[in-house]
Amino acid sequence: MKLGFFLRESLRALRRNAAPSLAAFATVLITTLVLGVFIPVVRAATAKSNEVRNKIELEVFIAPDATKAEERELGNMIRDLQHVDAVTYVSKDQALRILRQRLGDRSDITNDLPGNPLPASYRIKLDDPSNAGAVKSSLEPPAANGEPRPISPAIDEIKDREDDTQKILSATSTIKLIMAGLAGLLILASVLLVANTIRLSIFARRREVEVMRLVGATNWFIRWPFVIEGLIVGFLGALVAALLLWLAKVTVVDPWSDRFALIAAPQTINFTFLIVLLLIAGTAVSALGSGITLRRFLRV
Amino acid sequence: MAAIDEVLYPGRARLPGTVNPAVQVRGVTVVYPGGNVGLDNVSLTVERGEFAFLVGATGCGKSTFIRLMIREIDASRGEVLIAGTDVAKLPRKKVPKLRRNIGTVFQDYKLLPNRTVYDNVAYSLQVIGATRASIREKVPEILRLVGLSTKLHDYPDELSGGEQQRVSLARAFVNHPPLLLADEPTGNLDPDTSKGIMQLLYRMNRTGTTVIVATHDADMVDQMRRRVIELSQGRVVRDQRGGQYH
Repeated sequence: MKLGFFLRESLRALRRNAAPSLAAFATVLITTLVLGVFIPVVRAATAKSNEVRNKIELEVFIAPDATKAEERELGNMIRDLQHVDAVTYVSKDQALRILRQRLGDRSDITNDLPGNPLPASYRIKLDDPSNAGAVKSSLEPPAANGEPRPISPAIDEIKDREDDTQKILSATSTIKLIMAGLAGLLILASVLLVANTIRLSIFARRREVEVMRLVGATNWFIRWPFVIEGLIVGFLGALVAALLLWLAKVTVVDPWSDRFALIAAPQTINFTFLIVLLLIAGTAVSALGSGITLRRFLRV
Repeated sequence: MAAIDEVLYPGRARLPGTVNPAVQVRGVTVVYPGGNVGLDNVSLTVERGEFAFLVGATGCGKSTFIRLMIREIDASRGEVLIAGTDVAKLPRKKVPKLRRNIGTVFQDYKLLPNRTVYDNVAYSLQVIGATRASIREKVPEILRLVGLSTKLHDYPDELSGGEQQRVSLARAFVNHPPLLLADEPTGNLDPDTSKGIMQLLYRMNRTGTTVIVATHDADMVDQMRRRVIELSQGRVVRDQRGGQYH
């Protein structure tokens, strides 16, 4: 069948034009390798920033003179607010226990306290940390004179660790933005690099393509061997890169992962998935690149 | 030319008794992008089964004429009809079919550098979807005819100019096209080989193929005593049956 013919044609081209094919192979190999290292790093960094962001929560301290009924009512009001994901009640006793835990060895100093000075509180988990400000202002909307006025007498103070929150939010956003930008640039550079190498290798054979046209070959008759050739080169390049990545993972990353939080980040991309993704991308870019680049030389 | 009619007018019956000429050129002018005039208002007809020489000094428009036939270039003005079909109006997708029905011997051979002699000739059969069995039968036969039986597995850069020319000829004729165009087919050959090539073209013509040969080989033209069309600066200055070079 024709497929056999096209396959033989591409193998012949690979054999007879070893240098440009080798260049395309090396380009695919290197770009895949770089992407293979960079993608997990981006994923891990993003996952870490998300983890940090999710720690942001609001604390609503309850006035010491509030009644049980007022407390319960406040709890329901908070639960009904928008952007609130979960609400936990922390009683005075629980608060003291948490403090003791934090103090560790020195927890006995709390014994000197005259009773329990810690207030009870509601801890609010948000659907998105950037909504902290909105939730806070709906708990104490500004009155006519501009002063915040709490919606319930049970509210003593609302703490959102504003400075920390703002810092964490802006820092993690910047990290995410930079990472996304870098990833985008790197992917673009990879595609352009592979496409350019293929262009050169086809350009070197443009006379051959012209002759094929002049003896009556149809465009697809000429194009298929080039596409198959791109497919083979792309697949082999990505495959070797995948093997190297796997080798690096087994010998370097896995033994060291206990020591580096970044590498051990739970949401790092699944390795098998990454390899499959890179294999498909490398093969597809290379094959499509060959087919598309050829168009210019088929207009004889 | 029955085959090319089938390709260009699939399923359309011809009127009995009307046969379109193999090549019909009407008022064709070719102006190259630089402003050079390749052909200047040329009109001529080559009937089916004819053998015609195109003669004239280099740059007189012989190659332009041949490149026009296979639509490698387009006419600036006028019409080029192959078997009654205006090639300029042929949709891009049908151009390969046109070229498969015209065997062309190029002045610069245009062989595929990465293929052996055998594979170069086989390519024009593979293009039309010939079976491997028929390729194995036809290619050695035509190569024997042009005297290249011993060079089947050589690459073009291992051949002399004359040998490459003969490969080009073998490739042009291996699928027995109804129209054969040869641009200086004896340009690089010694007199004996030239004679052999001419005899080959003559034989191909006798099987019904229309042959147009662009040449400035005066001896050849004088010996063959065929139709001679002389071009000068892109114009037809002589069109003579049974003519001589001068």
